[in-house]
Amino acid sequence: MSQPVAPVRHVLIEGNKSYHNITEDLCSPTEKAPSREWIVVFALSTAFVGLYVFAIVWTVWKGIGSWNLNRTINWGWDITNFVWWIGIGHAGTLISAILLLFRQRWRTGVNRAAEAMTIFAVICAGQFPIFHMGRVWMAMFTIPFPNTRGPLWTNFNSPLLWDIFAISTYFSVSVLFWYTGLVPDLATIRDRATGFRRKMYDLFSFGWTGSAKHWQRHESLSLVLAGLSTPLVLSVHTIVSFDFATSVIPGWHTTIFPPYFVAGAVFSGFAMVQTLMIITRKVLNLQEYITINHIESMNKVIVLTGTIVGVAYLTELFVAWYSGYIYEQFAFYNRVFGPYWWSYFGMMFCNVVSPQLFWSRSIRRSVAWTFFMSIIINIGMWFERFVIIPTTLARDFLPSSWSLYSPTWVEISMFLGTMGVFFFCYLVFTRVAPVVAVAEVKAILKVAGDQYIGPKAKKAHGHAQSEPAPKQEEEKL
Amino acid sequence: MAAQSKKVLYGLYNDEEELKGAIKTANAQHLNIMDVFTPFPVHGLDPILGLKESRLHIMGFIYGSIGALFAFLAMTWIFTSDWPIVFGGKPYWSVPAFIPIVFENTVLYSAWGMTITFYTICGMWPGVKAKTLDNRITDDKFCLAFDVTDSNDSEVKELQGFFTKTGAAEVNVKTM
Repeated sequence: MSQPVAPVRHVLIEGNKSYHNITEDLCSPTEKAPSREWIVVFALSTAFVGLYVFAIVWTVWKGIGSWNLNRTINWGWDITNFVWWIGIGHAGTLISAILLLFRQRWRTGVNRAAEAMTIFAVICAGQFPIFHMGRVWMAMFTIPFPNTRGPLWTNFNSPLLWDIFAISTYFSVSVLFWYTGLVPDLATIRDRATGFRRKMYDLFSFGWTGSAKHWQRHESLSLVLAGLSTPLVLSVHTIVSFDFATSVIPGWHTTIFPPYFVAGAVFSGFAMVQTLMIITRKVLNLQEYITINHIESMNKVIVLTGTIVGVAYLTELFVAWYSGYIYEQFAFYNRVFGPYWWSYFGMMFCNVVSPQLFWSRSIRRSVAWTFFMSIIINIGMWFERFVIIPTTLARDFLPSSWSLYSPTWVEISMFLGTMGVFFFCYLVFTRVAPVVAVAEVKAILKVAGDQYIGPKAKKAHGHAQSEPAPKQEEEKL
Repeated sequence: MAAQSKKVLYGLYNDEEELKGAIKTANAQHLNIMDVFTPFPVHGLDPILGLKESRLHIMGFIYGSIGALFAFLAMTWIFTSDWPIVFGGKPYWSVPAFIPIVFENTVLYSAWGMTITFYTICGMWPGVKAKTLDNRITDDKFCLAFDVTDSNDSEVKELQGFFTKTGAAEVNVKTM
């Protein structure tokens, strides 16, 4: 019996797909030889990975003096980039965890790639604080373990240490979540493969069979991991913001930071997901799985979080004025009209003004506009972190130590290099695993496929609760 | 322990609704289903297969509690007895500052513990050879399997008849 379908429910899988079509479309990119575009971009990313390695070796060999940091501005591009990458690394878990809890079906089209992106972004983010330590071989001292140094422990009261815990937990839990979701799909590739490929996928799919009990446990595990990841993802950027908020620097010492950072992280993360998915769906021909409806849903999240960020910027300004505290007032005056005024206006324009275009439905549903806007937002969010970090430090309490800062080629190379690392990892991922969650898309086919719902529906809606005798169903059609 | 070779009679269905119908018929005829394999989690299978709710989440709670306790007690011990240090005039036992790390450790232990438990109880690890009945089960076929190691010919015939009646697209025997 066909049941009424809520009019708000969008078609998420187009092209009248069967289960086999889904397998074929999503697995075949890993089985074919890479396209020319892939090879070109891969070569380019590899070159940037080389640049990254060079910059790192240079930094370690020469010391942090090869960066342009100084006594006044001791956090520059490094921490800016760190916060930028960590923010980007928030969309994956948000899509896969929070949207799973909210039962948003459109997540299935983009969650796998977004989670992969999260993991790679966190890898890139981690580089900056680690190498900012200077003597990077001492990095293990941040880990509390019984030792012969006193015994000297880490300071558990320090937000910087909380960061270590938050980011390492976030990274490892994201990897678990992502990989556990990936196992059934790797088994799908395994069962299509022969020879050496089959052996490799046999190894990495852990002997998955698709037994009903295994699926039940798999779903239970996914749900609890989603439940755990939801506060986790909120905690990560909250703790990153504590790095600033618990300091006594005017402009940093604000209680608004945690929600403002989390909203900004979701905002920039979704922008990066849009950038990547728009390219991926075109190159891998996945327009029927990552539809305009998916893009529109993400644009709605972008306009919401962009507006939250905008409100946060204005609240900061208001509270600085209202506080009656001259140092706070000066910090914000300096942000807007100081030597780095261009980054403040860049931030305002890219993050607050430009996303408002997404109130228009036709712009929200335009691939070209979305791609353009996603780049603008990525730039804007980088400006935001730059505004918060070097701009605030440049004008501190003592005018005698006021300073300015511009990066050296080492810092620029390291940043461009992490982009190489990011795209390198992502491109490898598109070659070894399906970029769209195969099993999850199959699971929503009957409630989101265009043959079941929407104007082109030909079949009864898939939620038949009564026992379906298949032949009778065909007669009804 | 070496697994004894098992003879399995299985039918492949093209649709999850056909599979569910077949399971209900099998239940009505008191047939002993060995297992059901599907390409994706089919909702509504658990009750008709008589699968109890997974207790994995209870383990998740236990692991999480261990993580929380461990983090809290370790920080307490370090800051009050092993090496007490005054940070900014705060008390040694600065409990509010422990909250972030206690939280992170709870999540860490719970997630890792549950995942490791999941793979262990499912018998899944890198290098485990999948006991796949048919390659298309991870693609688009829904499989219902009976253990026929100790069945005689007439019982097998009866099961084959069952598969034909319930609309299985294919029926095969595999020894594994």
